[in-house]
Amino acid sequence: MKDDLEHRAEVAVPDTSRRKFIRAAGATGVAGIFSRGLAPISAHGSAMEAAQFVLPKATKEVTPFKVHVPQAALDDLKEKLANARWPDKETVTDWSQGVPLAKAQALVEYWRTRYDWRLVESTLNGLPQFRTQIDGLGIYFIHVRSKHENALPILLTHGWPGSILEFMQVIEPLVDPTAHGGKADEAFHVVIPSLPGFGFSDKPAEPGWRLSRIANAWAVLMARLGYSHYVAQGGDWGAGVTSWMARQRPSGLAAIHLNLPVLFPPPPPPPGGYTAEEQLTLAELGKYASDAMGYASIQGTRPQTLGYGLADSPVGQAMWIYEKFQAWSDNKGDPAEAISVDRMLDDITLYWLTDTAASSARLYYESFAKDFARMPLELPVAVSIFKGDFFTPPKVWGDETYSKLFYWNEVPKGGHFAALEQPELFVAELRKSFAQIR
Amino acid sequence: MKNDLEKRTGIPAPLISRRKFIRAAGATGVAGIFSPGLAPISAQGSAMTAAQFVLPTATKDVTPFKIQIPQEALDDLNRRLASTRWPERETVGDWSQGVPLQKAQALIAYWRDKYNWRRFEARLNAFPQYRTEIDGLGIHFIHVRSPHRNALPLILTHGWPGSVVEFMEIIGPLSDPTRYGGRAEDAFHIVVPSLPGFAFSDKPVETGWDVNRIARAWATLMQLLDYDRWVAQGGDWGAGVTHALAHQRPQGLIAAHVNWQFIFPEKLPDSPTPAERRAIDRASWFASDQSGYFREHATRPQTIGYPLADSAAGQALWIYEKFQAWTDNHGNPEDALAVDAMLDNISLYWFTDAAASSARIYWENTRAGFGGLSRGRIELPMAASVFPHEIFCPPKAWAEALWPNLFYWNELDKGGHFAAFEQPKLFTEELRKAFRSRRA
Repeated sequence: MKDDLEHRAEVAVPDTSRRKFIRAAGATGVAGIFSRGLAPISAHGSAMEAAQFVLPKATKEVTPFKVHVPQAALDDLKEKLANARWPDKETVTDWSQGVPLAKAQALVEYWRTRYDWRLVESTLNGLPQFRTQIDGLGIYFIHVRSKHENALPILLTHGWPGSILEFMQVIEPLVDPTAHGGKADEAFHVVIPSLPGFGFSDKPAEPGWRLSRIANAWAVLMARLGYSHYVAQGGDWGAGVTSWMARQRPSGLAAIHLNLPVLFPPPPPPPGGYTAEEQLTLAELGKYASDAMGYASIQGTRPQTLGYGLADSPVGQAMWIYEKFQAWSDNKGDPAEAISVDRMLDDITLYWLTDTAASSARLYYESFAKDFARMPLELPVAVSIFKGDFFTPPKVWGDETYSKLFYWNEVPKGGHFAALEQPELFVAELRKSFAQIR
Repeated sequence: MKNDLEKRTGIPAPLISRRKFIRAAGATGVAGIFSPGLAPISAQGSAMTAAQFVLPTATKDVTPFKIQIPQEALDDLNRRLASTRWPERETVGDWSQGVPLQKAQALIAYWRDKYNWRRFEARLNAFPQYRTEIDGLGIHFIHVRSPHRNALPLILTHGWPGSVVEFMEIIGPLSDPTRYGGRAEDAFHIVVPSLPGFAFSDKPVETGWDVNRIARAWATLMQLLDYDRWVAQGGDWGAGVTHALAHQRPQGLIAAHVNWQFIFPEKLPDSPTPAERRAIDRASWFASDQSGYFREHATRPQTIGYPLADSAAGQALWIYEKFQAWTDNHGNPEDALAVDAMLDNISLYWFTDAAASSARIYWENTRAGFGGLSRGRIELPMAASVFPHEIFCPPKAWAEALWPNLFYWNELDKGGHFAAFEQPKLFTEELRKAFRSRRA
């Protein structure tokens, strides 16, 4: 029953013919602009309708997909950036209260005047992209087959605030090693999905899309693509999904690789106390919990409330992500030392255009508190620790958690966004580790 | 040195240069728009400049102040509300992921189409308001003298996401009780400041403005106003400041009242009573489910400031969520607070661009070690009103253990975190009753 407030607000009612239109658009494989008359539910009289980006409905078919963001959406973004309203400046001289105002304004100025979304859109459209419905949800993925028939299929899963864009520079070296300093027997077939609620995957409309469900869906995806022998890789949430796949042991999954392994010391503490190396990592965890976990706390408890500001302010959405590029990448203070501004804006713009602030935060609501516990695994596990990441566990924790830890390497350069920051090193890690699995 | 009357009413200064113009503008009591040429530093070429609300520079004089938000700012707000871009709806059927989309859109539509800021502005301007510089910062406050000579001076401090708005309905009854069915003996002189970084107080540009520094500023304020015997009251961060005042025991402070009591035993009881169990569970619930905003404010107030400064809907819902979570209601915040009242408060945050600066109070106090639930032993005579839907209600035994001079304790059956805002009559009665024993 509507309360007094809702009666006065006159929220618009959905148009039932919209669904049929979307299915038709979906069959042609093109997502794009919809006329005002078919716009989704929004506040009465919203001018946003024409600029919204809507996905075609997915089916159990694997349907080719291309990205065509309406120009109106790009124009709207620029206009919002031009009308940005700023908070006052931080009262410190570093990043300890968050993104400094001068850095924020500089990023927005670049985004508004020099950044070109159409470049990365064109890059994406040069790759084989698809959508398919799994467990009721449309899943977007890139699928590039190697010309080498015996290539090892690999599933790469991103995290937050990342995306499939983190892997753009590693696809070709993985798929076509001989053109990139490698050998034919190091080739991979590459599958790169967007997590539910991220990028061009659907946003779940029901609760329950936690890590175990995503892992299940990924196994269905690989089976649907005809792969009966494959490996999976991930960092951040991708490490969570990949670890759950290893735990579920779907038919075909031979081994996994993690660049941010979900590792904690097994209880209880050893009789002699923790080693110096372990204490360093415990300090990293302590610091994360006390100083760097605010974003996860709010995303894990109130993703919808947080989502309003981030969905409505591209500046807000950008800084919410940019802060992590600075905090988690391997840099000496400036994130641009580790990741180019254009690459950061590719990722940020993807979140903005797909309006995935709330839906991506919902993954924390589903899984952050529950599904990141220490997980002993029997499946073969490879680990690459990129030393610039914010969490660098010691090998002894890996030995104690993974009964078949077949590869452990500490990479001196690169951080949380390993593939994006150090594509060559990342590729080398996958070639080296999975050489043992082919 | 200005006399008593001048301090309280302000005297215009001559119009010579910009600085003096600002002082004069302050003295005539009007803060308002400045031309782009005089606008403060902002993003290069920002179209926002003309719509910004700029405070006159405070001086050590107590200068009368009135609010006049530029029409451009109101128009800009409406444009933003009309072009709000929304996330998809929550995946649950309740408020457990935050403000439901339908409620959010209804609030924004009302704010855009029905809410009347000028009505509120006039109501606020009907109170005598002032600004004065204390410890380098311009502090805004309402100051209402009681017509009763022996009134007890009382300073009321708000918290987050509150403001002076919370106290508007009780200022009259407290300062002029006989007009509101009360007794002359219960009269108060009322001082209601805005916290640093909130509303019409300045935003600090340096670190250090924790509750201790604010408390010292409040003591200076009461001294400036020539009060040599006074009491303090607060909830939320206002309770933090009030506990700090109680610790500092500045000259003149004779007692304090809090509607959130920062009392928690160092060692948890082995066999808690039901009331203790409830308090422990609430504290635990707050830490695990309710404190996302707290952790973000306490660690990255600047980052969260960007979406909230740029999105009026974002700012509104960041606050509206707490009006639902922390008030005594049946599921909707409108059960406890009128929509217009909530939007009065929200609009204040929006027009003064206070998202980041108000969040910084969490950062400051967490750094200083004051982010916890207990402020330890307090010798100053203390009074407490415990409203049932407050975030955390300690049992009386815990207070008796830490406050040897607890002189008033009452547990009510209505009201929540925004006690004065939700239950002005009850709250007024509580302060009258509590402080009766403290009158000279």
